[in-house]
Parts: sequence; structure tokens; C-alpha cells
Amino acid sequence: MLKKLKLLAATAVLTVAAGTAMAFLAAGTAMAFPDKPVNYIIPFNAGGESDVSARLQQPYFKKLTGQDLIIQYQAGAGGAQAWSVLNDQVGDGYTIMGTNLPHIILQPLLQDPGYKTDDITNIYMFHFTPDALLVRADSKFETVQQVIDAAKAAPGSLTVGGVATNTANHIANQLFTNLTGAQLTYIPYTGTGATTPALLGGEVDLLWGYTTVAAGQGDKVRMLAVAQDERHPLFPDVPTFKELGIDMTGGAYRGIAVPSSTPEDVRKELSDIIGKINADPEFIKEMEQAGFAMLNVPYDKVGAFMEERKKLYEDIARQLGSLK
Amino acid sequence: MAFDFGFVLSQAFSPFNLLLALVGVVLGTVIGALPGLSATMAIAVLVPFTFAMDPASGLIMLGAIYTGAIYGGAYAAILVNTPGTPSAIATTFDGYPMAKRGDGDLAMTLATLASVVGGVVGAIFLMTLSPLLANIALAFQSSEYFWLAILGLTLIASLSTGNVLKGLIGGAFGLVLSMIGVAVIGGDIRFTFGSSALLGGIDIVSALIGLYCIPVLIDLVARPDRHLEPAPLGRGFRLFEALGLCAQNAFNLLRSSVIGTLIGILPGAGGSIASLVSYSEARRSSRHPERFGKGEPAGIMATESANNATVGGGFIPTLVLGIPGTPPDAVILGALLVQGIRTGPELFTQQSGIVYIFMFGLLIATVMMLPLGLLIGRYAYRFIVNTPKALLVPLIAFMTVVGSFAIHSNPHDVVVMVSMGVLGWLLGLAGYGPSPIVLGLVLGQIAEQGFMRAYMIGGARDNFWGQLLFDRPISWGIVALIVVTLGLPLLRQFRKSGNGVKP
Repeated sequence: MLKKLKLLAATAVLTVAAGTAMAFLAAGTAMAFPDKPVNYIIPFNAGGESDVSARLQQPYFKKLTGQDLIIQYQAGAGGAQAWSVLNDQVGDGYTIMGTNLPHIILQPLLQDPGYKTDDITNIYMFHFTPDALLVRADSKFETVQQVIDAAKAAPGSLTVGGVATNTANHIANQLFTNLTGAQLTYIPYTGTGATTPALLGGEVDLLWGYTTVAAGQGDKVRMLAVAQDERHPLFPDVPTFKELGIDMTGGAYRGIAVPSSTPEDVRKELSDIIGKINADPEFIKEMEQAGFAMLNVPYDKVGAFMEERKKLYEDIARQLGSLK
Repeated sequence: MAFDFGFVLSQAFSPFNLLLALVGVVLGTVIGALPGLSATMAIAVLVPFTFAMDPASGLIMLGAIYTGAIYGGAYAAILVNTPGTPSAIATTFDGYPMAKRGDGDLAMTLATLASVVGGVVGAIFLMTLSPLLANIALAFQSSEYFWLAILGLTLIASLSTGNVLKGLIGGAFGLVLSMIGVAVIGGDIRFTFGSSALLGGIDIVSALIGLYCIPVLIDLVARPDRHLEPAPLGRGFRLFEALGLCAQNAFNLLRSSVIGTLIGILPGAGGSIASLVSYSEARRSSRHPERFGKGEPAGIMATESANNATVGGGFIPTLVLGIPGTPPDAVILGALLVQGIRTGPELFTQQSGIVYIFMFGLLIATVMMLPLGLLIGRYAYRFIVNTPKALLVPLIAFMTVVGSFAIHSNPHDVVVMVSMGVLGWLLGLAGYGPSPIVLGLVLGQIAEQGFMRAYMIGGARDNFWGQLLFDRPISWGIVALIVVTLGLPLLRQFRKSGNGVKP
């Protein structure tokens, strides 16, 4: 027992030493910032899309900067618990936080989550999971048009699952109704994990999900369309909504924010690092393999991006009747 | 099975993997024993380390931590009346009364044996019947979850012996607590009184720590007598006594393990419901139901075997369907994804090497719990018994604060924990036990969401009753169990009074 522990300790020391040596080698080419590990707070539980994409970034961050990216979780209230304390953190660039759209726009619109959308200083939006309309592999629906026809024949009789209320999925459903006139009954579930058995088990006819769901479920589900500008590389046979004449692009966007006290030059440096990771072909491959879609909105463009999204979500929220 | 069995065994039994399983079990047990620190958290922290390892080794370590943590939850439940994890809620019912009367050593040994049995049964189901059993996860839909939650709530009637009315009031209060925050269905904001801190609702773990632990701490301070009856010196593990009890309860153990495995497969349920349902079943079929809740060994055996069986059960939908059965499974699934391993039925045939090495590793880790658990349990028990109250109370009080803060690294949860604790103590003085409140809180959301979805889907299909009950054979079965659980005691009472026989 003791011997084994000693062996373990020795192995650990060796690993750390080797790791440090490699870090120094890598750091030789890296920039001055960061010179110590960076804390990356994920406002959700481990295992979700935000976590997985952060985990994929982790090794590239290390390779690029020689420093560790330490992922922490602060889940609660759909992310609001973490976002409401973002600006209380030290603004030196060593604390960064994942942000999600439409969450950070919708939450302050609909309730008082303890922060405002403009309180959050986004420095980069690095990917999104495009909305996708999914059915079971054995479903009678082969195309989006068939769904629209069936929904028009009997409004509200088709059920479509999605994650919770006033969320990306809920918005996608409303947008779809606006653009096509097809009325679906939206059934909210607690998370992506809960929606998948609902679709596979036949509780709902359709599912508002993401490309990640289809990537994980393989041939058990069929994607009818994705809300991207171009077809997703992993699903070359699945049309975009745009191709079908339905002007829908979007989904759940993920980015990185810093406390508002973070100096301008550090914000820029971080934005550059994330941008470089995003440009790495290996990283892109891994992300797309998992079903994510790449997005490049660096610090100087993020303001305009947020304005555009804000306007879209506000209109829909008004329609959903939840905005006073 | 198209793989090399010898290779799998040699991998699973390689010294490195055995060491990982050992370290994982010990680490998991300690984490599980500390309320507030959860298996999910421990696994999430350790995921990056496993990337440097061979995938199978990493998985073995994560699985060992997970199973150890579920088992460790029993320690705090038995010794300080605080479920270390929600899975151990029902272990407090009989575990703490046993410890109080001086049988804590026996209770710990029983919990260890039962956990090993449950874990092994779950792992065997995982290894042999996974692709088949995974379909259960799909057959269970909203209406079934609703009825399952109602079945769990019927336990209030049996827990509140003596005063059913107070039990029901407590349960209703728990249901109200479960509604606090933003509703998943409809998005309404309920009972937050304008506080943004309450938007996320009452965290179950902080409520558990508060409701169970704080009243015990206050009582320890308020009363002069010893906290636990010390066991006579040199009594050992009481292993043979415990084995004898296990033999008597062989059927109970087996039934609870199967219930645990099946409920573990359900993505929306988990260890807390598994142990509650098996506890209820054990009590119902016992010859001495009146002993339950007062320190009945069969109660501990039922809950501890059931919750460890959920570990194996939970991996079934995770590996076959890519649908995590429990929160720790979700983290492990995420880790698999990053490793580039695709889940699905083909995992059991093509990449079989990794999966079977992992499953054997899980089995080994579970069996390791027996010697390790007996040893750690003995020291934990001695420590709690021999530490003077003046030292123990501040120590536990400190741990409750740390534990409830650790859940989301948020001071708000500490406030919730303390308020629930003081409330629980006051209610306890008035004769309201904490368990009905906790049942309401844990099961309320599942019941509400299950019913609402069945209602909405039934509405869309113009067939509400069919969706809720009539067209759903599994629901019939659960409703039948509910009727039996509620009706049998009444029938017994009626017969007794009818025959004029005094109980």
C-alpha cells in the first residue's frame, strides 16, 4: 500500500516535471500574458455543451500560451447565478467566464436575474450549436414541408420538444411558426439530456435540438433542417432552413466574457488567444465532429453582434407574450 | 461477444488499473461522506487528469469515485443523521436510530455489505443486459415519471407513523418549497418574493443538510447526554452478525438491487428515488413494518443496496443511448465525447475492449469497497463516537457551512441551509419530521413536470386521460403499486378491528 502510494507520488512528480518542461518550451514562443493559470468559469453543470466545448479549448490554450486553463463550474438559475457575480471578480484577465446567448439577453428581459445584458463584457463569441428540427429515424416526416403541411392540416396537434421555456429552443419554435405559419405544440423539458429520450421514446413527434444532438445520436434520429448559413460539414445531406426558403439562422451561441474592470489591452489579448485557438484546424475538426458550428466574433465586433441579436430576441420575446 | 476475454481481464486487473480503482474508491467514499461534496463535482474536477491516461483507465477511476461516493453517503446518514448525498436520504430513517442506540458499527457494516451487493448486481446487469434494458429509459415517459413521484410520495404515509396529518402537512410544505424559482414549464416566477437569489429555487442538497443536520446539532448542544451510545470495546466489525442479517434479508437485498438498477436506468429519476422506493417496498413486504424508522436493519440494507445499484443502472442508457442516467453519468459522457468515443449499441460490440475493461473495473472497484469500507467505516464510527461533543458540534457545523457553500460556490446556499435548519428544528419541536418535507421537495418537480407534459401532450393529441394513464401499461403497474401501498395498511387495520383482535 505504502509502496504503491510512493510509486504514485513519484509518477505524479515526474508527470508534473515533464509537463512543466514542455510548458516552458511552449512558452518560449508565447506572449507575456498570461503568465499564470487562467480560471474559466462555466455557469452550467459539467457535461453539457458549454463544458464540452471548454474542454476542447483547454489543450489548445495550454499549447498556445503555456499556461493552464482551469475549468470551474458555478451552475444555478440557468447560468444567472454566475453571470450576476461576474463583475465582482478581479479584472486582471485571469478570470474569464463562459456566456451563452440567448440566455444573457432573455433573462434580464423577462425577469430580474441580478445582472443586465450590458453588464457582461463579452470578448469573443467562438461557436454556436445551430437549431435543428429532428425526428426519429422511423418517423413519417422526411422533409420540413411535410411537417408544415401536417401542422397546417391540424394546428397544434403535432408536439415538439425543447429545453425549458423562453430559451433558444422555445424561440426557434416561435420563429418557425412566424415564418411558416405552422402551429406546433411546444413541450418544455429540463435539459438537452431529457429531450433526447422524449424524442426516441415517441413522447413528442419532433424535437427542437441542435446539431450536437444529431451528432451524438447518429442514425437513430433524422435531422430535417439546420438553422445555419451553410450546411454543417458533419451532415452534408441535411438542408439549411434558408435553402428551404425559411429565413432561420441561429441557435445557442457561446462566448467568453471578462469582469468589467478588465483593462482594454488584456481584453484584446484574450480575444486574440481565443481567435487563434478557433483558427487551429485540429480544433475546428474536433468541434465539428462533436456537432458544433464555428463562429468568429472577436472583441471589436462583439458589440454589433450583440445589438443585432438583442433586437431579434426582443421581438420574439414580445410575441411569446412574456415581455411586459 | 467478439472480443478477447483474456485481454480484457488482464487489462482490468493490471496493477495500474487496480491502483486507480483503489484510489478512486477511497477518494469517492470520503467525498460522499461529506455532505455538499458530490460525486458529480469530484468527477468533474478529475476529468482532465484522465485525458492523460488510457481511456479505459480514466473511466475506471471515474467509475470507482462514483460508486465510492454513493456508498460514502451512508456514513454521514448513519453517524450524524445527514445524508451525504441525496441517494442516502432514506438511509437516515433507520441508520441514525441504530447509531443512537449503540449499533452504529453494525449499521456501518450492513451499509457496506448492502452497497457491495447492490453495486455488483447493478454491474452484472450492465455487463449482460445493457442493450436490452436501455429501452426502459425510452419506455418511461412523462406520465410514468409523474406516477413514480406519486409512488415516492406515498412513503409519507408510512414515515409519519402516529400522525399522518402532520406528515401530509409536511409533505405539502415540501411541495410548495419545490415550486420556488423559475418554472421549467411556462417560465413563471414563483414564490421568490422579488429576490433574484431565489430564482434558481431551493437547492435540494442545502435543504437536506439544513433539515437533517442542524436540528441534530441543536439537540446535541441542548441536551447533556452522549451523542451516540458507545459500542463495547473489542466488538470488531460485527461482520458475522451482519452477514447473518443479510442472509435473512437475501430477498430484500436482491429486490432492492433490482429496483435500484431499473430506476437507475431512468434518466429523470436517480439514486434518491431508487432508495426511497425500495425502502417503501421493503417496509411493505416486511413482517414487522412497525419497526421501520426506529432502527430496522432491513431498512438500511434496502436503501444502500438500491442506491449503489443505480451506478451500474445509470451507465446503461449512458453507454447504449448516449443519454446520461444520472448527473455524474453526464460528466462521464462529456469526458467520453472529448476522448472521441461514440456511445451507442455498437460500443458493446466494436469498441468492446474499452467498455468491457471499464465494466470489469467498476465491478472490481465495487468489490474493493468491502474491505476498504469496513476499515474506513470502523475508523469513522470510532472517531464520531469518541470525539467529545464540544469538539464534534463545531466541527460538523463548520462542515455544513463548507458543504452547502461548495454546491455552487455560492453563499446564498448557506443562507438557505441555515434557514431550512432552523425551520426544521422549530417544526420538529411541533412534531413535524423532516422526511415528509424532503420527499415533497425532491419529488415535487418530477411530479409537476411529468403531469404538465402529459397534460400538454394529451391536449395536443386530444387524449389527456389516455396520455396520463389509460394507454400506458407501465403507468398501470405503478398505479397498482400505489394502490397497494396505500390500501394494504387500511385493509389490515380494517380486518383487525373487524375480527375484534387487538393489535
